[in-house]
Amino acid sequence: MIRLCKWVLVSGVFLYLYVPIAVLVVNGFNANKFGNYWGGFSLKWFDKLLNNQNLMDAAGHSLVVASTSATLATVLGALGAIALYRYRFRGKQFMGGLVFVEMMAPDIVLAIAFLLMFMALGVALGFWSLLIAHTTFCVPFTLITVYSRLNNFDVSVLDAARDLGATEWTAVRKVLLPMSAPALISGWLLSFTLSLDDVIISSFVSGPGYEILPIRVYSMVKLGISPEINVLAAIMLLLSLTLIVLSQWILNRK
Amino acid sequence: MKQTDVFRWVSVVPVNLWLWLWVLLPTLMLVAVSFATREPEDLIEWTLTFDNYARLSDSLYITVFWDSLWLAGITALLCLAAGFPFAWWLTRLQPRWRALALFLIIIPFWTNSLIRTYAIKLILGKQGIINNVLLGIGVIDAPLDMLYTPGAVICGLVYILFPFMVLPLYSNLEKLDQSLLEAARDLGASRLQVLRKIVIPLTMPGIVAGVLIVFLPAMGMFYIADLLGGAKNLLLGNIIKNQFLSSMDWPFGSAISIAMIVLMGLLMLAYFQAAKRINRSGGIHDSTL
Repeated sequence: MIRLCKWVLVSGVFLYLYVPIAVLVVNGFNANKFGNYWGGFSLKWFDKLLNNQNLMDAAGHSLVVASTSATLATVLGALGAIALYRYRFRGKQFMGGLVFVEMMAPDIVLAIAFLLMFMALGVALGFWSLLIAHTTFCVPFTLITVYSRLNNFDVSVLDAARDLGATEWTAVRKVLLPMSAPALISGWLLSFTLSLDDVIISSFVSGPGYEILPIRVYSMVKLGISPEINVLAAIMLLLSLTLIVLSQWILNRK
Repeated sequence: MKQTDVFRWVSVVPVNLWLWLWVLLPTLMLVAVSFATREPEDLIEWTLTFDNYARLSDSLYITVFWDSLWLAGITALLCLAAGFPFAWWLTRLQPRWRALALFLIIIPFWTNSLIRTYAIKLILGKQGIINNVLLGIGVIDAPLDMLYTPGAVICGLVYILFPFMVLPLYSNLEKLDQSLLEAARDLGASRLQVLRKIVIPLTMPGIVAGVLIVFLPAMGMFYIADLLGGAKNLLLGNIIKNQFLSSMDWPFGSAISIAMIVLMGLLMLAYFQAAKRINRSGGIHDSTL
Protein backbone atom coordinates (compact mmCIF):
# COMPACT_ATOMS: atom_id res chain seq x y z
CA MET A 1 0.00 0.00 0.00
CA ILE A 2 2.73 2.44 1.00
CA ARG A 3 4.74 1.36 -2.03
CA LEU A 4 1.78 2.09 -4.27
CA CYS A 5 1.27 5.55 -2.75
CA LYS A 6 4.96 6.23 -3.20
CA TRP A 7 4.93 5.40 -6.88
CA VAL A 8 1.73 7.33 -7.49
CA LEU A 9 3.28 10.37 -5.83
CA VAL A 10 6.65 10.15 -7.55
CA SER A 11 5.29 9.52 -11.00
CA GLY A 12 2.61 12.16 -10.41
CA VAL A 13 5.25 14.76 -9.59
CA PHE A 14 7.37 13.97 -12.61
CA LEU A 15 4.35 13.87 -14.93
CA TYR A 16 3.14 17.19 -13.55
CA LEU A 17 6.56 18.76 -14.10
CA TYR A 18 7.24 17.33 -17.52
CA VAL A 19 3.97 16.78 -19.40
CA PRO A 20 3.43 20.54 -19.95
CA ILE A 21 7.00 20.98 -21.19
CA ALA A 22 6.65 17.95 -23.46
CA VAL A 23 3.37 19.28 -24.85
CA LEU A 24 5.06 22.55 -25.78
CA VAL A 25 8.04 20.90 -27.41
CA VAL A 26 5.90 18.44 -29.38
CA ASN A 27 3.55 21.21 -30.52
CA GLY A 28 6.51 23.23 -31.67
CA PHE A 29 6.78 20.72 -34.51
CA ASN A 30 3.09 20.07 -34.98
CA ALA A 31 1.57 21.36 -38.24
CA ASN A 32 -1.78 21.87 -36.48
CA LYS A 33 -1.90 25.37 -35.03
CA PHE A 34 -4.04 24.67 -31.98
CA GLY A 35 -2.15 21.58 -30.97
CA ASN A 36 -5.28 19.61 -30.12
CA TYR A 37 -4.36 16.79 -32.50
CA TRP A 38 -1.26 15.75 -34.37
CA GLY A 39 -1.29 17.40 -37.79
CA GLY A 40 2.01 16.01 -39.01
CA PHE A 41 5.61 17.08 -38.54
CA SER A 42 6.37 20.60 -39.60
CA LEU A 43 9.10 23.18 -39.23
CA LYS A 44 6.84 26.08 -40.18
CA TRP A 45 6.65 27.49 -36.63
CA PHE A 46 10.40 27.43 -36.47
CA ASP A 47 10.45 29.41 -39.68
CA LYS A 48 7.83 31.79 -38.33
CA LEU A 49 9.86 32.29 -35.16
CA LEU A 50 12.96 33.21 -37.12
CA ASN A 51 10.95 35.66 -39.22
CA ASN A 52 9.33 37.33 -36.23
CA GLN A 53 11.62 40.35 -36.18
CA ASN A 54 10.24 41.83 -32.93
CA LEU A 55 10.75 38.58 -31.11
CA MET A 56 14.24 38.09 -32.51
CA ASP A 57 15.21 41.65 -31.54
CA ALA A 58 13.85 41.08 -28.05
CA ALA A 59 15.83 37.84 -27.80
CA GLY A 60 18.98 39.68 -28.82
CA HIS A 61 18.36 42.39 -26.22
CA SER A 62 17.73 39.73 -23.60
CA LEU A 63 21.00 37.97 -24.32
CA VAL A 64 22.88 41.27 -24.02
CA VAL A 65 21.16 42.26 -20.77
CA ALA A 66 21.48 38.76 -19.30
CA SER A 67 25.18 38.37 -20.07
CA THR A 68 26.22 41.86 -18.95
CA SER A 69 24.12 41.82 -15.79
CA ALA A 70 25.33 38.30 -14.95
CA THR A 71 28.92 39.46 -15.33
CA LEU A 72 28.41 42.56 -13.21
CA ALA A 73 26.50 40.59 -10.58
CA THR A 74 29.25 37.96 -10.45
CA VAL A 75 31.94 40.60 -9.92
CA LEU A 76 29.93 42.40 -7.24
CA GLY A 77 28.79 39.18 -5.62
CA ALA A 78 32.33 37.80 -5.50
CA LEU A 79 33.68 41.01 -4.00
CA GLY A 80 30.87 41.01 -1.47
CA ALA A 81 31.51 37.37 -0.59
CA ILE A 82 35.24 38.07 -0.11
CA ALA A 83 34.39 41.11 2.01
CA LEU A 84 32.10 39.06 4.25
CA TYR A 85 34.48 36.09 4.37
CA ARG A 86 37.83 37.79 4.83
CA TYR A 87 37.43 41.28 6.25
CA ARG A 88 35.98 42.96 9.27
CA PHE A 89 34.41 46.30 8.60
CA ARG A 90 31.76 48.58 9.98
CA GLY A 91 28.32 47.77 8.65
CA LYS A 92 29.18 44.15 7.92
CA GLN A 93 26.07 42.85 9.64
CA PHE A 94 24.02 45.53 7.94
CA MET A 95 25.35 44.42 4.56
CA GLY A 96 24.42 40.82 5.31
CA GLY A 97 20.98 42.02 6.35
CA LEU A 98 20.50 43.96 3.10
CA VAL A 99 21.43 40.92 1.04
CA PHE A 100 19.11 38.70 3.05
CA VAL A 101 16.19 41.11 2.86
CA GLU A 102 16.69 41.57 -0.87
CA MET A 103 16.67 37.84 -1.38
CA MET A 104 13.48 37.31 0.59
CA ALA A 105 11.63 40.36 -0.75
CA PRO A 106 9.01 39.44 -3.35
CA ASP A 107 10.02 40.48 -6.87
CA ILE A 108 7.05 42.80 -7.19
CA VAL A 109 8.26 44.91 -4.26
CA LEU A 110 11.77 45.16 -5.70
CA ALA A 111 10.24 46.06 -9.03
CA ILE A 112 8.34 49.09 -7.80
CA ALA A 113 11.23 50.19 -5.58
CA PHE A 114 13.48 50.16 -8.68
CA LEU A 115 10.89 52.05 -10.70
CA LEU A 116 10.54 54.76 -8.05
CA MET A 117 14.33 55.10 -7.81
CA PHE A 118 14.81 55.32 -11.58
CA MET A 119 12.13 58.02 -11.79
CA ALA A 120 13.71 59.96 -8.92
CA LEU A 121 17.16 59.82 -10.50
CA GLY A 122 15.85 60.45 -14.00
CA VAL A 123 17.16 57.14 -15.39
CA ALA A 124 15.31 56.49 -18.67
CA LEU A 125 13.60 53.09 -18.82
CA GLY A 126 15.52 50.95 -21.28
CA PHE A 127 18.84 49.18 -21.39
CA TRP A 128 20.41 50.88 -18.36
CA SER A 129 17.43 50.49 -16.08
CA LEU A 130 17.19 46.80 -17.01
CA LEU A 131 20.91 46.29 -16.51
CA ILE A 132 20.89 47.89 -13.06
CA ALA A 133 17.75 46.08 -11.93
CA HIS A 134 18.86 42.66 -13.17
CA THR A 135 22.33 43.06 -11.72
CA THR A 136 20.87 44.04 -8.37
CA PHE A 137 18.49 41.13 -8.06
CA CYS A 138 21.21 38.66 -9.09
CA VAL A 139 23.83 39.90 -6.59
CA PRO A 140 22.46 37.99 -3.57
CA PHE A 141 22.53 34.73 -5.55
CA THR A 142 26.11 35.12 -6.76
CA LEU A 143 27.21 36.36 -3.35
CA ILE A 144 25.75 33.35 -1.56
CA THR A 145 27.10 30.89 -4.14
CA VAL A 146 30.64 32.24 -3.79
CA TYR A 147 30.39 32.68 -0.02
CA SER A 148 29.30 29.12 0.61
CA ARG A 149 32.10 27.85 -1.61
CA LEU A 150 34.66 29.91 0.34
CA ASN A 151 33.18 28.75 3.61
CA ASN A 152 34.00 25.16 2.73
CA PHE A 153 37.67 26.03 2.61
CA ASP A 154 40.16 26.48 5.38
CA VAL A 155 40.87 30.15 6.14
CA SER A 156 44.40 29.26 7.19
CA VAL A 157 45.31 28.57 3.55
CA LEU A 158 45.17 32.30 2.91
CA ASP A 159 47.10 33.14 6.08
CA ALA A 160 49.70 30.56 5.10
CA ALA A 161 50.13 32.25 1.73
CA ARG A 162 50.54 35.60 3.44
CA ASP A 163 53.03 34.18 5.97
CA LEU A 164 55.07 32.71 3.17
CA GLY A 165 55.49 36.17 1.76
CA ALA A 166 52.69 36.51 -0.78
CA THR A 167 51.23 39.96 -1.08
CA GLU A 168 47.50 40.34 -0.50
CA TRP A 169 46.94 40.61 -4.25
CA THR A 170 48.98 37.47 -4.94
CA ALA A 171 47.12 35.59 -2.21
CA VAL A 172 43.84 36.61 -3.74
CA ARG A 173 44.93 35.80 -7.27
CA LYS A 174 46.67 32.49 -6.56
CA VAL A 175 44.52 31.15 -3.73
CA LEU A 176 41.17 32.83 -3.36
CA LEU A 177 40.23 33.16 -7.03
CA PRO A 178 41.10 29.58 -8.08
CA MET A 179 39.29 28.37 -4.97
CA SER A 180 36.12 30.21 -5.86
CA ALA A 181 36.29 29.75 -9.66
CA PRO A 182 33.59 27.04 -9.86
CA ALA A 183 31.25 29.15 -7.77
CA LEU A 184 31.94 32.18 -9.95
CA ILE A 185 31.00 30.27 -13.07
CA SER A 186 27.90 28.64 -11.65
CA GLY A 187 26.85 31.96 -10.09
CA TRP A 188 27.19 33.57 -13.50
CA LEU A 189 25.08 30.84 -15.13
CA LEU A 190 22.41 31.14 -12.44
CA SER A 191 22.28 34.93 -12.87
CA PHE A 192 22.08 34.56 -16.63
CA THR A 193 19.09 32.23 -16.27
CA LEU A 194 17.38 34.41 -13.66
CA SER A 195 17.74 37.41 -15.93
CA LEU A 196 16.28 35.57 -18.94
CA ASP A 197 13.44 34.30 -16.76
CA ASP A 198 12.41 37.52 -15.09
CA VAL A 199 8.96 38.84 -16.01
CA ILE A 200 7.93 40.72 -12.89
CA ILE A 201 10.78 43.20 -12.46
CA SER A 202 11.28 43.68 -16.19
CA SER A 203 7.59 44.58 -16.66
CA PHE A 204 8.20 47.65 -14.53
CA VAL A 205 11.65 48.77 -15.60
CA SER A 206 11.70 48.16 -19.36
CA GLY A 207 10.68 50.84 -21.81
CA PRO A 208 8.95 50.62 -25.19
CA GLY A 209 12.22 51.32 -27.00
CA TYR A 210 14.08 48.35 -25.58
CA GLU A 211 11.94 45.25 -25.29
CA ILE A 212 13.35 42.04 -23.87
CA LEU A 213 12.26 38.47 -24.45
CA PRO A 214 10.07 37.84 -21.37
CA ILE A 215 8.10 41.04 -22.00
CA ARG A 216 7.63 40.27 -25.70
CA VAL A 217 6.58 36.69 -24.94
CA TYR A 218 4.22 37.92 -22.23
CA SER A 219 2.35 40.19 -24.59
CA MET A 220 2.18 37.40 -27.18
CA VAL A 221 0.79 34.73 -24.86
CA LYS A 222 -1.70 37.13 -23.29
CA LEU A 223 -3.33 37.59 -26.68
CA GLY A 224 -3.90 33.93 -27.44
CA ILE A 225 -2.25 30.99 -29.09
CA SER A 226 1.14 31.61 -30.66
CA PRO A 227 2.76 28.44 -31.98
CA GLU A 228 6.14 30.19 -32.33
CA ILE A 229 6.25 30.23 -28.55
CA ASN A 230 6.28 26.42 -28.59
CA VAL A 231 9.40 26.34 -30.72
CA LEU A 232 10.92 29.01 -28.52
CA ALA A 233 10.15 26.76 -25.52
CA ALA A 234 12.04 23.91 -27.17
CA ILE A 235 15.04 26.15 -27.77
CA MET A 236 14.95 27.59 -24.24
CA LEU A 237 14.71 24.08 -22.78
CA LEU A 238 17.77 23.05 -24.71
CA LEU A 239 19.57 26.19 -23.52
CA SER A 240 18.67 25.65 -19.87
CA LEU A 241 19.64 21.97 -20.10
CA THR A 242 23.05 22.97 -21.44
CA LEU A 243 23.53 25.64 -18.78
CA ILE A 244 22.51 23.40 -15.90
CA VAL A 245 24.69 20.50 -17.03
CA LEU A 246 27.57 22.92 -17.39
CA SER A 247 26.93 24.45 -14.00
CA GLN A 248 26.63 21.11 -12.17
CA TRP A 249 29.69 19.77 -13.85
CA ILE A 250 31.74 22.82 -12.92
CA LEU A 251 30.50 22.95 -9.33
CA ASN A 252 31.17 19.27 -8.72
CA ARG A 253 34.66 19.38 -10.13
CA LYS A 254 37.08 19.69 -7.28
CA MET B 1 47.70 53.05 1.33
CA LYS B 2 49.09 49.55 1.63
CA GLN B 3 48.13 46.92 -0.92
CA THR B 4 46.14 45.04 1.72
CA ASP B 5 44.08 48.12 2.37
CA VAL B 6 43.54 48.70 -1.33
CA PHE B 7 42.18 45.23 -1.77
CA ARG B 8 40.10 45.46 1.34
CA TRP B 9 38.67 48.72 0.04
CA VAL B 10 37.92 47.24 -3.38
CA SER B 11 36.06 44.28 -1.93
CA VAL B 12 34.08 46.21 0.69
CA VAL B 13 33.20 49.56 -0.83
CA PRO B 14 31.78 49.03 -4.35
CA VAL B 15 29.36 46.29 -3.41
CA ASN B 16 28.21 48.20 -0.36
CA LEU B 17 27.71 51.36 -2.41
CA TRP B 18 25.73 49.34 -4.94
CA LEU B 19 23.52 47.81 -2.27
CA TRP B 20 22.94 51.19 -0.60
CA LEU B 21 22.11 52.88 -3.87
CA TRP B 22 19.96 50.17 -5.42
CA VAL B 23 18.49 48.29 -2.45
CA LEU B 24 18.45 50.53 0.62
CA LEU B 25 17.56 53.85 -1.03
CA PRO B 26 14.81 52.43 -3.28
CA THR B 27 13.27 50.73 -0.26
CA LEU B 28 13.31 53.98 1.70
CA MET B 29 11.81 55.75 -1.32
CA LEU B 30 9.06 53.17 -1.39
CA VAL B 31 8.23 53.82 2.26
CA ALA B 32 8.28 57.58 1.69
CA VAL B 33 6.07 57.41 -1.38
CA SER B 34 3.51 55.30 0.47
CA PHE B 35 2.88 58.37 2.67
CA ALA B 36 2.76 60.81 -0.25
CA THR B 37 -0.20 62.12 -2.19
CA ARG B 38 -1.18 61.20 -5.69
CA GLU B 39 -0.76 63.91 -8.28
CA PRO B 40 -2.10 63.43 -11.83
CA GLU B 41 0.75 65.25 -13.63
CA ASP B 42 3.93 64.35 -11.79
CA LEU B 43 2.49 61.15 -10.23
CA ILE B 44 3.70 62.04 -6.72
CA GLU B 45 3.16 65.10 -4.55
CA TRP B 46 5.14 65.27 -1.35
CA THR B 47 2.30 65.99 1.03
CA LEU B 48 2.21 63.71 4.03
CA THR B 49 -0.93 61.62 4.22
CA PHE B 50 -2.15 58.38 5.73
CA ASP B 51 -4.99 58.06 3.25
CA ASN B 52 -3.18 55.40 1.24
CA TYR B 53 -3.17 53.11 4.25
CA ALA B 54 -6.70 54.07 5.23
CA ARG B 55 -7.85 53.01 1.77
CA LEU B 56 -6.51 49.50 2.38
CA SER B 57 -9.46 48.88 4.69
CA ASP B 58 -11.79 49.23 1.69
CA SER B 59 -13.64 45.94 1.31
CA LEU B 60 -12.37 45.65 -2.28
CA TYR B 61 -8.76 45.52 -1.14
CA ILE B 62 -9.48 43.40 1.90
CA THR B 63 -10.95 40.88 -0.53
CA VAL B 64 -7.82 40.89 -2.68
CA PHE B 65 -5.57 40.54 0.38
CA TRP B 66 -7.70 37.66 1.54
CA ASP B 67 -7.83 35.98 -1.92
CA SER B 68 -4.11 36.41 -2.28
CA LEU B 69 -3.32 34.93 1.12
CA TRP B 70 -5.69 32.09 0.47
CA LEU B 71 -4.31 31.24 -2.99
CA ALA B 72 -0.70 31.50 -1.81
CA GLY B 73 -1.54 29.49 1.31
CA ILE B 74 -3.19 26.66 -0.63
CA THR B 75 -0.25 26.68 -3.05
CA ALA B 76 2.24 26.40 -0.20
CA LEU B 77 0.24 23.62 1.46
CA LEU B 78 -0.07 21.62 -1.77
CA CYS B 79 3.65 22.03 -2.45
CA LEU B 80 4.43 20.89 1.08
CA ALA B 81 2.03 17.95 0.97
CA ALA B 82 3.61 16.64 -2.23
CA GLY B 83 7.10 18.01 -1.60
CA PHE B 84 7.73 16.50 1.82
CA PRO B 85 7.17 12.83 0.91
CA PHE B 86 8.88 13.48 -2.40
CA ALA B 87 11.98 14.93 -0.70
CA TRP B 88 11.93 12.00 1.72
CA TRP B 89 11.85 9.62 -1.24
CA LEU B 90 14.82 11.47 -2.75
CA THR B 91 16.95 10.94 0.37
CA ARG B 92 16.21 7.21 0.24
CA LEU B 93 17.44 6.72 -3.32
CA GLN B 94 20.79 5.32 -4.24
CA PRO B 95 23.25 8.17 -4.88
CA ARG B 96 23.27 7.67 -8.65
CA TRP B 97 19.48 7.75 -9.00
CA ARG B 98 19.28 10.55 -6.49
CA ALA B 99 21.53 12.74 -8.62
CA LEU B 100 19.34 12.03 -11.62
CA ALA B 101 16.10 12.76 -9.74
CA LEU B 102 17.51 16.02 -8.34
CA PHE B 103 18.61 16.96 -11.82
CA LEU B 104 15.07 16.38 -13.09
CA ILE B 105 13.71 18.63 -10.33
CA ILE B 106 16.18 21.39 -11.11
CA ILE B 107 15.60 21.48 -14.90
CA PRO B 108 12.14 23.12 -14.64
CA PHE B 109 13.60 25.56 -12.10
CA TRP B 110 16.05 26.69 -14.78
CA THR B 111 13.49 26.75 -17.58
CA ASN B 112 11.59 29.92 -18.40
CA SER B 113 8.62 30.21 -16.04
CA LEU B 114 6.54 32.35 -18.38
CA ILE B 115 6.73 29.75 -21.13
CA ARG B 116 5.86 27.03 -18.64
CA THR B 117 2.83 28.99 -17.50
CA TYR B 118 1.76 29.20 -21.12
CA ALA B 119 2.05 25.41 -21.26
CA ILE B 120 -0.41 25.09 -18.38
CA LYS B 121 -2.76 27.41 -20.24
CA LEU B 122 -2.60 25.16 -23.31
CA ILE B 123 -3.30 22.07 -21.26
CA LEU B 124 -6.23 23.43 -19.26
CA GLY B 125 -7.92 25.31 -22.11
CA LYS B 126 -11.22 24.39 -23.78
CA GLN B 127 -9.25 22.88 -26.68
CA GLY B 128 -6.59 21.59 -24.33
CA ILE B 129 -5.27 18.10 -23.80
CA ILE B 130 -7.29 17.31 -20.70
CA ASN B 131 -10.57 18.28 -22.33
CA ASN B 132 -9.65 16.46 -25.52
CA VAL B 133 -8.78 13.25 -23.72
CA LEU B 134 -11.85 13.34 -21.50
CA LEU B 135 -14.13 14.07 -24.48
CA GLY B 136 -12.39 11.38 -26.49
CA ILE B 137 -12.97 8.62 -23.96
CA GLY B 138 -16.47 9.90 -23.33
CA VAL B 139 -16.22 10.85 -19.66
CA ILE B 140 -17.66 14.28 -20.37
CA ASP B 141 -19.96 15.59 -23.11
CA ALA B 142 -18.95 19.22 -23.12
CA PRO B 143 -15.49 20.70 -22.44
CA LEU B 144 -14.87 21.64 -18.80
CA ASP B 145 -14.19 25.26 -17.92
CA MET B 146 -10.91 24.83 -16.13
CA LEU B 147 -9.02 27.85 -17.39
CA TYR B 148 -9.66 31.29 -15.85
CA THR B 149 -10.56 29.92 -12.44
CA PRO B 150 -8.74 30.22 -9.09
CA GLY B 151 -8.01 26.50 -9.41
CA ALA B 152 -6.07 27.12 -12.61
CA VAL B 153 -4.04 29.82 -10.86
CA ILE B 154 -3.20 27.46 -8.02
CA CYS B 155 -2.24 24.81 -10.56
CA GLY B 156 0.15 27.28 -12.22
CA LEU B 157 1.63 28.54 -8.97
CA VAL B 158 2.28 25.00 -7.72
CA TYR B 159 3.82 24.13 -11.04
CA ILE B 160 6.25 27.05 -11.00
CA LEU B 161 7.09 26.99 -7.28
CA PHE B 162 7.28 23.26 -6.50
CA PRO B 163 11.07 22.96 -6.94
CA PHE B 164 11.53 25.81 -4.43
CA MET B 165 9.78 23.67 -1.85
CA VAL B 166 11.59 20.42 -2.59
CA LEU B 167 15.14 21.78 -2.51
CA PRO B 168 15.19 23.20 1.07
CA LEU B 169 13.24 20.19 2.34
CA TYR B 170 15.69 17.84 0.68
CA SER B 171 18.74 19.58 2.09
CA ASN B 172 17.23 19.38 5.56
CA LEU B 173 16.08 15.78 5.32
CA GLU B 174 19.43 14.74 3.92
CA LYS B 175 21.19 15.94 7.07
CA LEU B 176 18.81 14.01 9.30
CA ASP B 177 20.66 11.44 11.37
CA GLN B 178 19.26 8.07 10.31
CA SER B 179 20.36 6.39 13.53
CA LEU B 180 17.87 8.52 15.46
CA LEU B 181 15.08 6.97 13.45
CA GLU B 182 16.40 3.47 13.99
CA ALA B 183 16.76 4.12 17.70
CA ALA B 184 13.19 5.35 17.95
CA ARG B 185 11.94 2.31 16.03
CA ASP B 186 13.98 -0.04 18.23
CA LEU B 187 12.51 1.58 21.31
CA GLY B 188 9.06 0.73 20.01
CA ALA B 189 7.85 3.90 18.32
CA SER B 190 5.42 3.43 15.47
CA ARG B 191 6.18 4.85 12.03
CA LEU B 192 3.72 7.67 12.65
CA GLN B 193 5.30 8.50 15.99
CA VAL B 194 8.75 8.61 14.42
CA LEU B 195 7.45 11.01 11.81
CA ARG B 196 5.62 13.21 14.28
CA LYS B 197 8.12 13.23 17.12
CA ILE B 198 11.44 13.12 15.27
CA VAL B 199 11.37 13.78 11.54
CA ILE B 200 9.02 16.75 11.50
CA PRO B 201 10.51 18.62 14.49
CA LEU B 202 14.06 18.16 13.19
CA THR B 203 13.22 19.32 9.69
CA MET B 204 11.06 22.25 10.84
CA PRO B 205 13.57 24.88 9.59
CA GLY B 206 13.43 23.31 6.12
CA ILE B 207 9.64 23.11 6.20
CA VAL B 208 9.25 26.76 7.19
CA ALA B 209 11.92 27.89 4.71
CA GLY B 210 10.16 25.99 1.91
CA VAL B 211 6.75 27.35 2.88
CA LEU B 212 8.05 30.94 2.96
CA ILE B 213 9.93 30.57 -0.31
CA VAL B 214 6.74 29.39 -1.97
CA PHE B 215 4.26 31.58 -0.12
CA LEU B 216 5.96 34.99 -0.40
CA PRO B 217 6.59 35.18 -4.16
CA ALA B 218 3.24 33.52 -4.90
CA MET B 219 1.36 36.64 -3.81
CA GLY B 220 3.24 38.75 -6.34
CA MET B 221 3.17 36.53 -9.43
CA PHE B 222 0.75 38.63 -11.44
CA TYR B 223 1.57 37.02 -14.76
CA ILE B 224 0.33 33.63 -13.60
CA ALA B 225 -2.94 35.16 -12.38
CA ASP B 226 -3.24 37.13 -15.64
CA LEU B 227 -2.66 34.15 -17.90
CA LEU B 228 -4.55 31.48 -15.96
CA GLY B 229 -7.06 33.41 -13.88
CA GLY B 230 -8.37 35.78 -16.50
CA ALA B 231 -8.72 39.51 -16.00
CA LYS B 232 -9.59 39.30 -12.33
CA ASN B 233 -7.49 40.88 -9.61
CA LEU B 234 -6.71 37.66 -7.83
CA LEU B 235 -3.27 38.38 -6.41
CA LEU B 236 -1.74 41.35 -4.64
CA GLY B 237 0.74 41.49 -7.50
CA ASN B 238 -2.08 42.28 -9.91
CA ILE B 239 -3.40 45.26 -7.98
CA ILE B 240 0.09 46.60 -7.31
CA LYS B 241 0.86 46.32 -11.00
CA ASN B 242 -2.42 48.03 -11.94
CA GLN B 243 -1.79 50.90 -9.53
CA PHE B 244 1.63 51.46 -11.08
CA LEU B 245 1.10 50.75 -14.75
CA SER B 246 -2.60 51.54 -15.39
CA SER B 247 -4.28 53.65 -12.67
CA MET B 248 -1.05 55.56 -12.08
CA ASP B 249 -1.66 55.81 -8.36
CA TRP B 250 1.89 55.21 -7.22
CA PRO B 251 1.47 56.21 -3.56
CA PHE B 252 -1.39 53.77 -3.10
CA GLY B 253 0.51 51.03 -4.95
CA SER B 254 3.45 51.64 -2.62
CA ALA B 255 1.20 51.44 0.42
CA ILE B 256 -0.14 48.06 -0.72
CA SER B 257 3.34 46.68 -1.13
CA ILE B 258 4.46 48.04 2.25
CA ALA B 259 1.48 46.27 3.79
CA MET B 260 2.64 43.14 1.99
CA ILE B 261 6.17 43.52 3.38
CA VAL B 262 4.83 43.99 6.90
CA LEU B 263 2.89 40.76 6.47
CA MET B 264 6.07 39.12 5.23
CA GLY B 265 8.02 40.47 8.22
CA LEU B 266 5.50 38.98 10.62
CA LEU B 267 5.80 35.60 8.91
CA MET B 268 9.60 35.76 9.04
CA LEU B 269 9.41 36.59 12.72
CA ALA B 270 7.31 33.49 13.20
CA TYR B 271 10.00 31.54 11.33
CA PHE B 272 12.83 32.77 13.53
CA GLN B 273 10.79 32.07 16.63
CA ALA B 274 10.21 28.54 15.41
CA ALA B 275 13.88 28.10 14.50
CA LYS B 276 14.96 29.39 17.90
CA ARG B 277 12.64 27.06 19.69
CA ILE B 278 14.03 24.08 17.87
CA ASN B 279 17.47 25.48 18.57
CA ARG B 280 19.09 24.47 15.33
CA SER B 281 21.14 26.56 12.99
CA GLY B 282 20.74 26.28 9.25
CA GLY B 283 17.37 27.16 7.88
CA ILE B 284 17.02 29.69 5.12
CA HIS B 285 20.66 30.66 4.75
CA ASP B 286 22.11 27.40 3.62
CA SER B 287 19.08 25.56 2.39
CA THR B 288 17.76 28.10 -0.06
CA LEU B 289 19.34 26.75 -3.18
